[in-house]
Amino acid sequence: MTEVLTAEEAKKDAAYLTALKELIYQLADDDFLISFRGSEWLGLAPHIEEDVAFSSITQNTMGHAFMFYQLLEDLGEGEIDMLAHERHPSVRRNGIYLEKKNGEGNYLEEPYYDWALTVVRNFLYETFKKVKLEAITKSSYKPLANIAGKVLMEQPYHLAHWKIWMKQLLNSTEEARERIEARLNEAWEEFGDVLEYGTQATEIEHFGLIIGEDELKERWINEVSKTIENLPSTPIGKKYGSGREGEHTEDLDQALNTLSEVYMSDKEAIW
Amino acid sequence: MYNYLEYGSSGDSRGVVEDQEKYDQFMARIEAGEKIEADDWMPEDYRQGLIKLISMHGISEIMGALPEKEWTPKAPTLKRKLGIMAKVQDEMGHGQLLLRVAEDLMKPYGKDRGDIIEDMLSGDLKFHNVFHMPTKTWADAGMVGWLVDGAAIISQTNMLDASYGPYQRALQRICQEEVFHAQHGEAIIMALAEGTDYQREILQESLNRWWPSLLMFFGPASAETTGSSKQDIMIKYKIRKSSNEELRQAFLDKYLPRVFSLDLTVPDETVHYDEEKEQWVYQQPDWNEFKQIIKNKGPRSKERLRLREIAYENNRWVRQALAADKVGS
Ligand SMILES: [Fe+2]
Ligand SMILES: [Fe+2]
Repeated sequence: MTEVLTAEEAKKDAAYLTALKELIYQLADDDFLISFRGSEWLGLAPHIEEDVAFSSITQNTMGHAFMFYQLLEDLGEGEIDMLAHERHPSVRRNGIYLEKKNGEGNYLEEPYYDWALTVVRNFLYETFKKVKLEAITKSSYKPLANIAGKVLMEQPYHLAHWKIWMKQLLNSTEEARERIEARLNEAWEEFGDVLEYGTQATEIEHFGLIIGEDELKERWINEVSKTIENLPSTPIGKKYGSGREGEHTEDLDQALNTLSEVYMSDKEAIW
Repeated sequence: MYNYLEYGSSGDSRGVVEDQEKYDQFMARIEAGEKIEADDWMPEDYRQGLIKLISMHGISEIMGALPEKEWTPKAPTLKRKLGIMAKVQDEMGHGQLLLRVAEDLMKPYGKDRGDIIEDMLSGDLKFHNVFHMPTKTWADAGMVGWLVDGAAIISQTNMLDASYGPYQRALQRICQEEVFHAQHGEAIIMALAEGTDYQREILQESLNRWWPSLLMFFGPASAETTGSSKQDIMIKYKIRKSSNEELRQAFLDKYLPRVFSLDLTVPDETVHYDEEKEQWVYQQPDWNEFKQIIKNKGPRSKERLRLREIAYENNRWVRQALAADKVGS
């Protein structure tokens, strides 16, 4: 398949452009939402060292979102901060599981956040991100393949961090193991749409932007099972629908209202 | 940083009989500019003074992360979100660094970090007055970086040559990072100052609210004001150099001209520079209120402590799991 070297070139083929943008929105929104959830954890992690480590992962991840939004800006989608802060929930493309609240309460008051959810979610997500980006390094759209390569330089540290947490918590107290397993079973009911490409799936594969959904899913399961011996036996579900098709929960509204509060308070302003 | 403030009870004084000869040697060492290390002999009041100073400083860094954290997920652009996250992370890192220094000093008493956190939650260990105050707008996130960190730099620089080596070295590192914090805060403030009417409005409102807390930051001028002050012993032992008032004057010297040049005002019509005395004349903040604030009776004391308490209790199972994992492996 032919390589597309620049945004200008991509814009010449309408069908290609549509598929390409769809894929990049998914990458950008996934990283943005999970890093937003990470930012809510600041100051609340199980111990100070973890607070510092988790925060640095969160910053990297938000930095990755920035690079993906930059690609969209280059493709004529509008300015980065508008893309991150202003888009309506119905055009957000992140997987629903990634918008899920950290637990009960909110980050300002009574934050009964659940570390088990955070460990499971980040472990599953970083594993997914690894296989997805590795596939994208061979993408027909060179600017995207290059960014994937860059992100993959930092990403192994993130994945390693969450793998250690998974192993530690699964092999320590009874309570910790039960909490992790409960969150893992829950994830199995909700993670399905993260693994999909939405309405443009056929075109995304056809234009050589990334490998097909089935292959991605297989690689992900393979990778996950290297860390977890007994994966849930049920098929992976999409309990709340598909974020790739713009379906979302109230948790996304809460996230967007929070993260855009100041941005929206004065749209003329330069901050 | 967080200047030394009175800590309530005098702590556990062990009534140690001081060895005069060792004491003289110790004083000679610090007079000569030598650094004292964790395992060296030191007078009991030196050790206890340091434990209080450093653990207070440490938990103030950690509690100090909370006011800014309130605005971190809300920061108005991706770049600001990244900047403020990095800053809050640094403050947690400072807390971590300092608690380690304090823990080493506490070893002879068989205490550790858990005790520090529990003393903080019980109210025995105070954190700095500024971090009991609410943040109401994004301008406060800038104000904390610009003026609170600005005040911290002045106060920490004053101890960069502290006689206790581990603290002195921690401060060297912390001060380097604080410079970036002040720049980060100033950048937010400049954007607001050059911005829309709304932006200028929240900026001025924020400065008005923070002003008394900023004056209080350096502590009372003398013991008479609040009943007690440990500044003299800290100067005697060469932990710090200048008095509270000297530090406050240095702060006013540095920042009031900048405030005025941005066309901002402070809520004190009497404030002016007395050329003859070569110092700023200003209205005293309410020192009774200060006493209340550091007793955890400030506007946001309870809520901020509650956040730490929830984080501590809610993650107990994680700490237990980590402890079990250590034993197992
Ligand atoms: Fe700090
Ligand atoms: Fe700071």
